[in-house]
Amino acid sequence: MAEPWTTAAHRLFKKHNIRTVGYVPDAGLTELIKSCHADNDIKSVVMTTEEEGIGLSSGAWLGGEKAAVLMQSSGVGNTVNAIASIVSSCQFPLFMIVTMRGQYGESNPWQMPMGQAVAPVLKSLGMHVFEVETDDEAAEAIEAGLKMAFVSNAAVAILIGQKLIGAKSFIADVAEEVINVDN
Amino acid sequence: MSTTKLNRSDVLNKLMEVRGNALAIAGLGSPVWDLAASDHQPENFYNWGGMGCAISMGLGCALAQPKRNVWVITGDGEALMGVGSFATVANQRPDNLVIIILDNEHYGETGMQKTHTSGGTDLAAMAAGAGIPTTMTVHNDEDLKNLINALKTSPLPLVASIKVENTKPKLVLPSRDGVYIKTRFRQAVLGSTAALHVT
Repeated sequence: MAEPWTTAAHRLFKKHNIRTVGYVPDAGLTELIKSCHADNDIKSVVMTTEEEGIGLSSGAWLGGEKAAVLMQSSGVGNTVNAIASIVSSCQFPLFMIVTMRGQYGESNPWQMPMGQAVAPVLKSLGMHVFEVETDDEAAEAIEAGLKMAFVSNAAVAILIGQKLIGAKSFIADVAEEVINVDN
Repeated sequence: MSTTKLNRSDVLNKLMEVRGNALAIAGLGSPVWDLAASDHQPENFYNWGGMGCAISMGLGCALAQPKRNVWVITGDGEALMGVGSFATVANQRPDNLVIIILDNEHYGETGMQKTHTSGGTDLAAMAAGAGIPTTMTVHNDEDLKNLINALKTSPLPLVASIKVENTKPKLVLPSRDGVYIKTRFRQAVLGSTAALHVT
Protein backbone atom coordinates (compact mmCIF):
# COMPACT_ATOMS: atom_id res chain seq x y z
CA MET A 1 0.00 0.00 0.00
CA ALA A 2 1.26 3.48 -0.86
CA GLU A 3 2.48 5.74 1.92
CA PRO A 4 -0.45 8.03 2.81
CA TRP A 5 0.14 11.48 1.29
CA THR A 6 -0.02 13.17 4.69
CA THR A 7 2.82 10.96 5.98
CA ALA A 8 4.82 11.67 2.84
CA ALA A 9 4.21 15.41 3.19
CA HIS A 10 5.54 15.45 6.74
CA ARG A 11 8.55 13.32 5.78
CA LEU A 12 9.33 15.65 2.87
CA PHE A 13 8.90 18.74 5.07
CA LYS A 14 11.67 17.27 7.25
CA LYS A 15 13.85 16.37 4.29
CA HIS A 16 13.57 19.88 2.86
CA ASN A 17 13.99 21.58 6.23
CA ILE A 18 10.57 23.22 6.47
CA ARG A 19 10.62 24.94 9.86
CA THR A 20 7.28 26.76 9.94
CA VAL A 21 3.90 25.43 8.86
CA GLY A 22 1.01 27.89 8.79
CA TYR A 23 -2.50 26.54 8.40
CA VAL A 24 -6.19 27.16 8.47
CA PRO A 25 -7.60 23.68 9.14
CA ASP A 26 -9.51 21.41 6.82
CA ALA A 27 -10.76 17.89 7.47
CA GLY A 28 -8.43 16.62 4.73
CA LEU A 29 -5.43 18.20 6.47
CA THR A 30 -6.13 16.71 9.90
CA GLU A 31 -3.37 14.09 9.91
CA LEU A 32 -0.73 16.42 8.48
CA ILE A 33 -1.56 19.17 10.99
CA LYS A 34 -1.35 16.62 13.82
CA SER A 35 2.05 15.36 12.71
CA CYS A 36 3.40 18.91 12.38
CA HIS A 37 2.19 19.81 15.88
CA ALA A 38 3.83 16.66 17.25
CA ASP A 39 7.16 17.65 15.67
CA ASN A 40 9.27 19.93 17.87
CA ASP A 41 11.39 21.02 14.91
CA ILE A 42 8.37 22.52 13.18
CA LYS A 43 6.62 25.67 14.37
CA SER A 44 2.94 25.05 13.66
CA VAL A 45 0.98 28.27 13.34
CA VAL A 46 -2.81 28.30 13.31
CA MET A 47 -3.93 31.35 11.37
CA THR A 48 -7.16 33.36 11.35
CA THR A 49 -7.16 33.66 7.56
CA GLU A 50 -5.16 32.07 4.76
CA GLU A 51 -3.79 35.46 3.73
CA GLU A 52 -1.65 35.41 6.87
CA GLY A 53 0.11 32.38 5.45
CA ILE A 54 1.55 34.46 2.64
CA GLY A 55 2.98 37.02 5.06
CA LEU A 56 4.17 34.29 7.41
CA SER A 57 5.94 32.35 4.67
CA SER A 58 7.57 35.47 3.18
CA GLY A 59 8.66 36.64 6.63
CA ALA A 60 10.18 33.24 7.40
CA TRP A 61 12.19 33.47 4.17
CA LEU A 62 13.41 36.94 5.12
CA GLY A 63 14.66 35.35 8.33
CA GLY A 64 16.36 32.49 6.49
CA GLU A 65 13.85 29.70 7.01
CA LYS A 66 11.45 27.75 4.84
CA ALA A 67 7.73 27.63 5.51
CA ALA A 68 4.76 25.75 4.07
CA VAL A 69 1.14 26.92 4.05
CA LEU A 70 -1.85 24.56 4.33
CA MET A 71 -5.44 25.45 3.55
CA GLN A 72 -8.77 24.29 2.17
CA SER A 73 -9.66 25.32 -1.36
CA SER A 74 -12.16 27.94 -0.16
CA GLY A 75 -9.27 29.75 1.54
CA VAL A 76 -7.41 30.30 -1.71
CA GLY A 77 -9.64 33.27 -2.41
CA ASN A 78 -8.26 34.98 0.69
CA THR A 79 -4.69 34.81 -0.55
CA VAL A 80 -4.92 36.40 -3.98
CA ASN A 81 -3.66 39.95 -3.46
CA ALA A 82 -0.92 38.85 -1.08
CA ILE A 83 0.39 36.34 -3.62
CA ALA A 84 0.26 38.82 -6.48
CA SER A 85 1.61 41.75 -4.57
CA ILE A 86 4.20 40.24 -2.25
CA VAL A 87 5.20 36.85 -3.64
CA SER A 88 5.25 37.79 -7.32
CA SER A 89 6.75 41.26 -6.92
CA CYS A 90 9.57 40.07 -4.68
CA GLN A 91 9.92 36.54 -6.09
CA PHE A 92 9.43 35.01 -2.67
CA PRO A 93 9.27 31.23 -2.61
CA LEU A 94 5.79 29.94 -1.76
CA PHE A 95 4.74 26.36 -1.10
CA MET A 96 1.05 25.68 -0.49
CA ILE A 97 -0.91 22.48 -0.02
CA VAL A 98 -4.58 22.97 -0.80
CA THR A 99 -7.12 20.27 0.05
CA MET A 100 -9.97 20.49 -2.40
CA ARG A 101 -13.68 20.89 -1.93
CA GLY A 102 -16.26 21.54 -4.60
CA GLN A 103 -15.09 18.70 -6.80
CA TYR A 104 -15.54 14.94 -7.05
CA GLY A 105 -18.50 13.88 -4.92
CA GLU A 106 -19.11 17.26 -3.27
CA SER A 107 -22.44 17.51 -1.43
CA ASN A 108 -22.40 21.17 -0.41
CA PRO A 109 -23.33 23.41 -3.34
CA TRP A 110 -21.74 26.44 -1.65
CA GLN A 111 -18.33 24.80 -2.06
CA MET A 112 -18.66 24.25 -5.80
CA PRO A 113 -17.90 27.71 -7.25
CA MET A 114 -14.67 28.35 -5.33
CA GLY A 115 -13.54 24.75 -5.76
CA GLN A 116 -13.84 25.15 -9.52
CA ALA A 117 -12.05 28.52 -9.44
CA VAL A 118 -8.96 27.45 -7.48
CA ALA A 119 -6.73 26.16 -10.28
CA PRO A 120 -7.50 28.90 -12.83
CA VAL A 121 -7.16 31.63 -10.19
CA LEU A 122 -3.78 30.38 -8.98
CA LYS A 123 -2.56 29.87 -12.55
CA SER A 124 -3.64 33.41 -13.43
CA LEU A 125 -1.31 34.58 -10.65
CA GLY A 126 1.57 32.76 -12.32
CA MET A 127 1.68 29.94 -9.79
CA HIS A 128 2.76 26.41 -10.62
CA VAL A 129 -0.28 24.25 -9.89
CA PHE A 130 -0.10 20.48 -9.52
CA GLU A 131 -3.42 18.63 -9.25
CA VAL A 132 -3.03 15.16 -7.73
CA GLU A 133 -5.46 12.33 -7.15
CA THR A 134 -3.39 9.49 -5.64
CA ASP A 135 -0.98 9.19 -2.69
CA ASP A 136 1.95 8.50 -5.03
CA GLU A 137 1.16 11.44 -7.27
CA ALA A 138 0.85 13.68 -4.21
CA ALA A 139 4.22 12.63 -2.76
CA GLU A 140 5.94 13.12 -6.11
CA ALA A 141 4.40 16.56 -6.62
CA ILE A 142 5.21 17.68 -3.06
CA GLU A 143 8.85 16.71 -3.52
CA ALA A 144 9.05 18.45 -6.90
CA GLY A 145 7.20 21.50 -5.62
CA LEU A 146 9.41 21.95 -2.55
CA LYS A 147 12.48 22.01 -4.78
CA MET A 148 10.91 24.44 -7.23
CA ALA A 149 9.72 26.78 -4.49
CA PHE A 150 12.87 27.09 -2.44
CA VAL A 151 15.62 26.55 -4.99
CA SER A 152 13.96 28.26 -7.95
CA ASN A 153 12.03 30.96 -6.05
CA ALA A 154 8.77 29.64 -7.47
CA ALA A 155 5.24 29.85 -6.14
CA VAL A 156 3.77 26.34 -6.06
CA ALA A 157 0.40 24.94 -5.06
CA ILE A 158 -0.33 21.24 -4.68
CA LEU A 159 -4.07 20.65 -5.03
CA ILE A 160 -5.05 17.46 -3.25
CA GLY A 161 -8.12 16.21 -5.11
CA GLN A 162 -11.33 15.16 -3.43
CA LYS A 163 -10.96 11.79 -5.08
CA LEU A 164 -7.93 11.22 -2.83
CA ILE A 165 -9.09 12.76 0.44
CA GLY A 166 -12.68 11.61 0.01
CA ALA A 167 -15.73 13.81 -0.26
CA LYS A 168 -16.69 14.98 3.21
CA SER A 169 -19.79 13.29 4.49
CA PHE A 170 -22.65 15.70 4.48
CA ILE A 171 -24.11 16.33 7.90
CA ALA A 172 -27.19 14.31 6.94
CA ASP A 173 -24.97 11.23 6.54
CA VAL A 174 -23.56 11.43 10.07
CA ALA A 175 -26.13 13.19 12.26
CA GLU A 176 -28.34 11.12 14.48
CA GLU A 177 -31.38 13.06 13.48
CA VAL A 178 -32.03 15.58 10.71
CA ILE A 179 -34.90 18.03 10.67
CA ASN A 180 -35.52 20.03 7.51
CA VAL A 181 -37.21 23.40 8.09
CA ASP A 182 -37.57 24.78 4.55
CA ASN A 183 -40.41 22.60 3.37
CA MET B 1 -5.34 64.11 27.48
CA SER B 2 -3.57 66.51 25.16
CA THR B 3 -5.39 67.35 21.94
CA THR B 4 -2.10 67.99 20.11
CA LYS B 5 -1.06 64.77 18.47
CA LEU B 6 2.49 63.57 18.11
CA ASN B 7 4.50 64.19 14.98
CA ARG B 8 5.14 60.93 13.16
CA SER B 9 8.71 61.65 12.17
CA ASP B 10 9.63 62.78 15.70
CA VAL B 11 8.10 59.58 17.06
CA LEU B 12 9.96 57.36 14.65
CA ASN B 13 13.26 59.14 15.21
CA LYS B 14 12.93 58.58 18.96
CA LEU B 15 12.02 54.93 18.50
CA MET B 16 14.87 54.30 16.08
CA GLU B 17 17.32 55.62 18.69
CA VAL B 18 16.47 52.55 20.77
CA ARG B 19 16.06 50.10 17.87
CA GLY B 20 19.38 48.43 18.61
CA ASN B 21 19.91 45.63 16.12
CA ALA B 22 16.22 44.90 15.58
CA LEU B 23 15.11 43.90 12.10
CA ALA B 24 12.35 46.15 10.73
CA ILE B 25 9.41 45.43 8.45
CA ALA B 26 7.39 48.41 7.25
CA GLY B 27 3.75 48.10 6.21
CA LEU B 28 2.81 49.77 2.96
CA GLY B 29 2.18 53.49 2.77
CA SER B 30 3.55 56.21 4.96
CA PRO B 31 5.38 53.87 7.39
CA VAL B 32 7.65 52.93 4.48
CA TRP B 33 8.61 56.57 3.91
CA ASP B 34 8.88 57.13 7.66
CA LEU B 35 11.27 54.23 8.16
CA ALA B 36 13.35 55.19 5.11
CA ALA B 37 13.60 58.77 6.41
CA SER B 38 14.45 57.83 9.95
CA ASP B 39 16.74 54.80 9.71
CA HIS B 40 17.31 53.53 6.17
CA GLN B 41 19.43 50.38 6.22
CA PRO B 42 19.62 46.91 4.63
CA GLU B 43 17.88 45.30 7.61
CA ASN B 44 14.65 47.10 6.67
CA PHE B 45 12.06 45.34 4.54
CA TYR B 46 9.75 47.81 2.83
CA ASN B 47 6.30 46.62 1.73
CA TRP B 48 5.12 48.51 -1.33
CA GLY B 49 2.00 46.32 -1.45
CA GLY B 50 0.32 43.38 0.23
CA MET B 51 -1.84 45.48 2.53
CA GLY B 52 -2.73 43.56 5.69
CA CYS B 53 0.33 41.32 5.71
CA ALA B 54 2.97 43.34 7.59
CA ILE B 55 2.20 41.76 10.97
CA SER B 56 2.09 38.18 9.69
CA MET B 57 5.34 38.85 7.83
CA GLY B 58 6.86 40.13 11.06
CA LEU B 59 5.68 36.98 12.82
CA GLY B 60 7.26 34.71 10.20
CA CYS B 61 10.53 36.61 10.50
CA ALA B 62 10.45 36.63 14.31
CA LEU B 63 9.92 32.86 14.43
CA ALA B 64 12.79 32.33 12.00
CA GLN B 65 15.15 34.70 13.85
CA PRO B 66 14.49 34.07 17.55
CA LYS B 67 17.75 35.75 18.60
CA ARG B 68 16.93 39.04 16.89
CA ASN B 69 14.13 41.44 17.72
CA VAL B 70 11.76 42.14 14.85
CA TRP B 71 9.88 45.43 14.71
CA VAL B 72 6.85 45.85 12.48
CA ILE B 73 6.22 49.52 11.72
CA THR B 74 2.82 49.96 10.14
CA GLY B 75 -0.27 52.13 9.92
CA ASP B 76 -3.77 51.86 11.35
CA GLY B 77 -5.42 51.01 8.01
CA GLU B 78 -2.84 48.34 7.25
CA ALA B 79 -3.11 46.84 10.74
CA LEU B 80 -6.92 46.82 10.58
CA MET B 81 -6.87 44.90 7.30
CA GLY B 82 -4.86 42.09 8.91
CA VAL B 83 -6.24 42.47 12.41
CA GLY B 84 -6.67 38.72 12.89
CA SER B 85 -2.89 38.56 13.04
CA PHE B 86 -3.06 39.94 16.59
CA ALA B 87 -4.63 36.60 17.56
CA THR B 88 -2.15 34.56 15.54
CA VAL B 89 0.78 36.43 17.09
CA ALA B 90 -0.71 36.08 20.59
CA ASN B 91 -1.03 32.33 20.12
CA GLN B 92 2.63 32.03 19.12
CA ARG B 93 3.88 34.49 21.77
CA PRO B 94 7.18 35.33 20.06
CA ASP B 95 9.26 37.09 22.72
CA ASN B 96 11.10 39.09 20.06
CA LEU B 97 8.25 40.76 18.15
CA VAL B 98 7.24 44.43 18.46
CA ILE B 99 4.33 45.91 16.52
CA ILE B 100 4.32 49.70 16.26
CA ILE B 101 1.24 51.25 14.67
CA LEU B 102 1.52 54.87 13.58
CA ASP B 103 -2.17 55.63 14.01
CA ASN B 104 -3.17 58.81 12.18
CA GLU B 105 -6.79 57.61 12.00
CA HIS B 106 -6.77 58.02 8.23
CA TYR B 107 -5.95 56.18 5.01
CA GLY B 108 -3.04 58.41 4.12
CA GLU B 109 -2.31 57.18 0.61
CA THR B 110 -5.80 57.18 -0.83
CA GLY B 111 -7.09 60.66 -0.05
CA MET B 112 -7.04 60.87 3.75
CA GLN B 113 -10.35 59.10 4.31
CA LYS B 114 -11.03 58.32 7.96
CA THR B 115 -10.22 54.83 9.25
CA HIS B 116 -12.18 53.03 11.94
CA THR B 117 -9.83 54.28 14.65
CA SER B 118 -11.24 57.77 14.10
CA GLY B 119 -14.68 56.34 14.90
CA GLY B 120 -13.89 54.73 18.22
CA THR B 121 -12.04 51.55 17.28
CA ASP B 122 -9.20 50.93 19.73
CA LEU B 123 -6.35 48.90 18.21
CA ALA B 124 -4.54 48.43 21.53
CA ALA B 125 -7.72 47.07 23.11
CA MET B 126 -8.20 44.73 20.14
CA ALA B 127 -4.63 43.50 20.55
CA ALA B 128 -5.16 42.99 24.28
CA GLY B 129 -8.37 41.11 23.57
CA ALA B 130 -6.49 38.90 21.14
CA GLY B 131 -4.11 37.97 23.96
CA ILE B 132 -1.08 40.18 23.25
CA PRO B 133 0.64 40.53 26.66
CA THR B 134 1.81 44.15 26.37
CA THR B 135 -0.39 46.72 24.67
CA MET B 136 -0.62 50.49 24.89
CA THR B 137 -1.95 53.59 23.22
CA VAL B 138 0.54 56.44 23.04
CA HIS B 139 -0.96 59.96 23.07
CA ASN B 140 1.89 62.21 24.22
CA ASP B 141 5.59 62.43 25.02
CA GLU B 142 5.17 60.86 28.42
CA ASP B 143 3.37 57.85 26.92
CA LEU B 144 6.16 57.61 24.37
CA LYS B 145 8.73 57.46 27.18
CA ASN B 146 6.66 54.69 28.75
CA LEU B 147 6.67 52.81 25.46
CA ILE B 148 10.44 53.15 25.14
CA ASN B 149 10.75 51.82 28.66
CA ALA B 150 8.33 48.97 27.91
CA LEU B 151 10.42 47.98 24.89
CA LYS B 152 13.24 47.19 27.32
CA THR B 153 11.33 45.77 30.25
CA SER B 154 7.87 44.46 29.33
CA PRO B 155 7.07 41.01 27.98
CA LEU B 156 6.88 40.72 24.20
CA PRO B 157 5.05 40.54 21.89
CA LEU B 158 4.05 44.17 22.26
CA VAL B 159 1.52 46.21 20.30
CA ALA B 160 1.60 50.00 20.55
CA SER B 161 -0.84 52.29 18.78
CA ILE B 162 0.75 55.72 18.57
CA LYS B 163 -1.67 58.56 17.85
CA VAL B 164 0.04 60.83 15.32
CA GLU B 165 -0.96 63.86 13.26
CA ASN B 166 -2.52 63.10 9.89
CA THR B 167 -0.07 65.29 8.07
CA LYS B 168 1.60 63.95 4.95
CA PRO B 169 5.11 62.78 5.81
CA LYS B 170 8.16 63.75 3.84
CA LEU B 171 8.43 61.38 0.88
CA VAL B 172 11.69 59.51 1.40
CA LEU B 173 11.47 56.62 -1.03
CA PRO B 174 13.41 53.37 -0.88
CA SER B 175 13.77 51.26 -4.03
CA ARG B 176 10.52 49.82 -5.40
CA ASP B 177 12.32 46.70 -6.60
CA GLY B 178 10.94 43.96 -4.38
CA VAL B 179 13.54 41.39 -5.36
CA TYR B 180 16.31 43.84 -4.49
CA ILE B 181 14.76 44.77 -1.14
CA LYS B 182 14.28 41.10 -0.26
CA THR B 183 17.75 40.01 -1.27
CA ARG B 184 19.45 42.97 0.40
CA PHE B 185 17.62 42.16 3.64
CA ARG B 186 18.57 38.47 3.46
CA GLN B 187 22.20 39.27 2.67
CA ALA B 188 22.37 41.58 5.69
CA VAL B 189 20.74 39.08 8.04
CA LEU B 190 22.10 35.78 6.78
CA GLY B 191 25.32 36.74 5.01
CA SER B 192 25.75 36.62 1.25
CA THR B 193 26.50 32.93 0.90
CA ALA B 194 23.43 31.75 2.78
CA ALA B 195 21.27 34.42 1.18
CA LEU B 196 22.27 33.66 -2.39
CA HIS B 197 22.95 29.92 -2.40
CA VAL B 198 19.92 28.00 -1.20
CA THR B 199 20.07 24.25 -0.91
